[in-house]
Amino acid sequence: MIKQSLQRNWKSLVVFVPYFWLLIFFLAPFFIVLKISLSEATIASPPFLPMTEWVDEGVMNIKLVFDNFLYLWEDDLYFNTYLNSIKISSISTIFCLLIGYPMAYAIVRADETQKNILLMMIILPFWTSFLLRVYAWMGLLADQGTINDLLIALGIIDQPIRLLYTQFAVYVGIVYTYLPFMILPLYANMEKLDWELLEAAADLGAKPAVTFITVTLPMTIPGVIAGGLLVFIPATGEYVIPDMLGGGNVLMIGRILYNEFNSNIDWPVASAVAIALLLVLVLPMMLYQHVQAKESEAK
Amino acid sequence: MNNGKRSRFLFTVTCFGMAFLYIPMIMLIVYSFNYSKIVPVWGGFSTRWYTVLFESEVVWKSVILSLKVATVNAFFATIIGTLAGLALVRFGRFKGRTLFSGMITAPLVMPEVITGLSLLLMFITLKELFGWPDKRGFTTITIAHITFSMAFVAVIIQSRLAGMAQDLEEAAQDLGAKPFRVLTDITLPLLAPGMLAGWLLAFTMSLDDLIIASFVSGPGAVTLPMLIYSRVRVGLRPDINALATIIILVVATGVLIAAWIMFRQQKQRQLELQMSDED
Amino acid sequence: MPDPSNYTDRPWMDPEAEPFIKVQSVSKHFGDFTAVDNVDLEIYKGELFSLLGGSGCGKTTLLRMLAGFETPSSGYIFIDGVNMNDVPPYERPINMMFQSYALFPHMNVEKNVAYGLRRDGIAGDEINQRVDDMLAMVELTQFRKRKPHQLSGGQRQRVALARALVKQPKVLLLDEPLAALDKRLRENTQFELMNIQDQLGVTFVVVTHDQEEAMTLSTRIAVMDAGRFMQIGTPTEIYEFPESRLVANFIGSANMFQGRITENGPDHVIVQCKQPDCEFYIDHGVSIQEGNKVWVAVRPEKITISSEASDYNGNNCIKGIVHDIGYLGKLSTYRVKTADETLIDVTSPNLARPKDGNLAMDWDDEVYLSWEASSAVVLTK
Repeated sequence: MIKQSLQRNWKSLVVFVPYFWLLIFFLAPFFIVLKISLSEATIASPPFLPMTEWVDEGVMNIKLVFDNFLYLWEDDLYFNTYLNSIKISSISTIFCLLIGYPMAYAIVRADETQKNILLMMIILPFWTSFLLRVYAWMGLLADQGTINDLLIALGIIDQPIRLLYTQFAVYVGIVYTYLPFMILPLYANMEKLDWELLEAAADLGAKPAVTFITVTLPMTIPGVIAGGLLVFIPATGEYVIPDMLGGGNVLMIGRILYNEFNSNIDWPVASAVAIALLLVLVLPMMLYQHVQAKESEAK
Repeated sequence: MNNGKRSRFLFTVTCFGMAFLYIPMIMLIVYSFNYSKIVPVWGGFSTRWYTVLFESEVVWKSVILSLKVATVNAFFATIIGTLAGLALVRFGRFKGRTLFSGMITAPLVMPEVITGLSLLLMFITLKELFGWPDKRGFTTITIAHITFSMAFVAVIIQSRLAGMAQDLEEAAQDLGAKPFRVLTDITLPLLAPGMLAGWLLAFTMSLDDLIIASFVSGPGAVTLPMLIYSRVRVGLRPDINALATIIILVVATGVLIAAWIMFRQQKQRQLELQMSDED
Repeated sequence: MPDPSNYTDRPWMDPEAEPFIKVQSVSKHFGDFTAVDNVDLEIYKGELFSLLGGSGCGKTTLLRMLAGFETPSSGYIFIDGVNMNDVPPYERPINMMFQSYALFPHMNVEKNVAYGLRRDGIAGDEINQRVDDMLAMVELTQFRKRKPHQLSGGQRQRVALARALVKQPKVLLLDEPLAALDKRLRENTQFELMNIQDQLGVTFVVVTHDQEEAMTLSTRIAVMDAGRFMQIGTPTEIYEFPESRLVANFIGSANMFQGRITENGPDHVIVQCKQPDCEFYIDHGVSIQEGNKVWVAVRPEKITISSEASDYNGNNCIKGIVHDIGYLGKLSTYRVKTADETLIDVTSPNLARPKDGNLAMDWDDEVYLSWEASSAVVLTK
């Protein structure tokens, strides 16, 4: 009986299970965040007032409070933090691209054995703990850390320079952890390219630099966009790196959200911060989705 | 000439990039064998921090919780993610497909703070409405991890399915297999490597997650990343270096073995192909 | 009155024969694109029928509709008298050999071949017997435990064939069966396929883009273009009596000249062309009024080329100079330019070995072309 009905309805089951899961645990939570961002803070558990109250029989009076968003807008701290997050993640993305593009290119052009080894070396850090890789930089950048020791030993500096807990440390951390996310999509894109086109361009008289700008770069744009978004989007909301490497000096929106939530216990403001962050990222996310969809159609 | 200059440039950048990726990890390992309590100051070779680590009950507890979460998560994420991938690639258009594929891609790039916060608020709401989950910990962390890692599994399965010729499934139908039979006889066996890759990815992502777990965890439930974070955010700790070394070595060994097996299989295939051509 | 005993080889001539596959005003649209455009087709039992056409002509879509992987947008498909429109692929009495062979990579040869029988719930002993027989027929018994990737291209092709035939289908569909093989292997396999078809008496429907393949294999060919049939007939009919310029050009090559009918007798027509300026005397009548515009097609191998004017008698012949020569070994092709700059292609067998490495004719030689009254075909479209 069960087997029969399974055989008949398995297709709807296949769709239903993941669909239902994502609706409950992915989509619905956003509406709750939205709802809470529009309610008032209170000292209670949970620390917010319900926004719907039953006034008369069946007449629902929705008390929308835009105070939280107004608060974000008026307080320079939040606004500047948003700008700072976008600035840090944009610059980091550019650095990832500058380092990652030639690396991906070198891997694609390497011979089969080298290619496999290089690819594995790119993927290996990806499998090891992200937290510990960030932690490793604390040891390198600290006042008594490896880099300062080395510079002093070489006689370049007398006094340790401050590297840890600076904006610089945050850039290093982000570029370091997100570099594989840039290289892998670029590699996937470049691997599918028809390299004879480059030979054709050279044959038609284009110098290497011209070939690169007129042929290679345009062909790899989808990879650049995918890699760039894979770095930019999560880096904007990054929490661990600014917290561990930036100390109290670098404000990023992920940290504000986390602190607002855990230290200040102001859930409505935390939710408003989350919604505002989402609004900032919704365009890049849709662009990423679009690129992915096009990529899978091309297959 | 130009070619030589270009490849020298590529070689330099690649070496620099690899050094950038690997030197921090190597230093991490080196300092785990430092006797001194202050990490960057070398005090002679010692394995004392490994002893400290192994004797710590808190560490063991968090390792066990993390492994439990990762295993259960990987199991369910692989199943649900595979179903999602199948639905997206093989079922053509169905009602709500756009929303569905959107919900699959979004978790891949969603900042963790947002996912974590929204899931926590969801759990609190569920508790208010249904009285479940009454306690946050293993269950809530696992559910949260399944939610984001199933998306990664679905993407792997999707690309596998797209690369897999539909011919094979049609051939099975042509030979008399009903659609469900095609799924069990052809599609799933051919997807097995993809599912294994998905399982491994889901497992490591769960082991690696700090932020989402911090949001949805409750009192008493501390995963390994949460423990590491609570110790290192204030400064360097030699026992954490020891822990990092163990983790890096375990992962590296695993990846190397997997790569070696793959390499062997490839060689074997090439050999067999040559043999068959000689017939 | 044709001899009825001939009908066994040519069932389509028999007015009483029932078609085994009947395609009735079938169309298939993909969005705005019409892949198959309102076609009718009747295929008889035991035929080896080819659907021939370039890529995108709709031949594969038609085959996939026969197999059941696509449903017709309109029209009906009957197999052995049963309407197939709502029958899923796994219940059709039809099997298919895929262009990629689609062998299951995780099963060995034996399991691949037995797969279809297992799905039909046949007893184990019988399955073994039938698989053994089939593997013996395609000479793969010693490879039965191998996986598909351990086989050569030709062996894989035979596994695919065995797997489809072991179910004893009423119809076997073959999608470009020889395209993945190299040239030498292809010729052998062609004859092997014909033998097997003859032995088992199964109806074959082959999709191919290779006209030579279609000519050698088929009892009948349907030439397809833009979702429609241009012509259906035996290989000889299609080659010797093409109904349109498109068919004449698609199967082999043809010199095509435009002209007007100046005389239309019961047993001949005369067509006056301007380029080349020449009268064509053709020994078959056509049902077209005098004065109408038509095309005359003459195949290159049906034109005789000679350096002497002895055959030159003013009818069905013309003078020119050799413009180009292509030496192909067993034959040579000549491109001859006439006084009015018309180019005419001629192929001629190289019967004698050229003396001192020189061909009988050289560039810019004056030559005379002539052809029989039965060689040219009058085409109206």
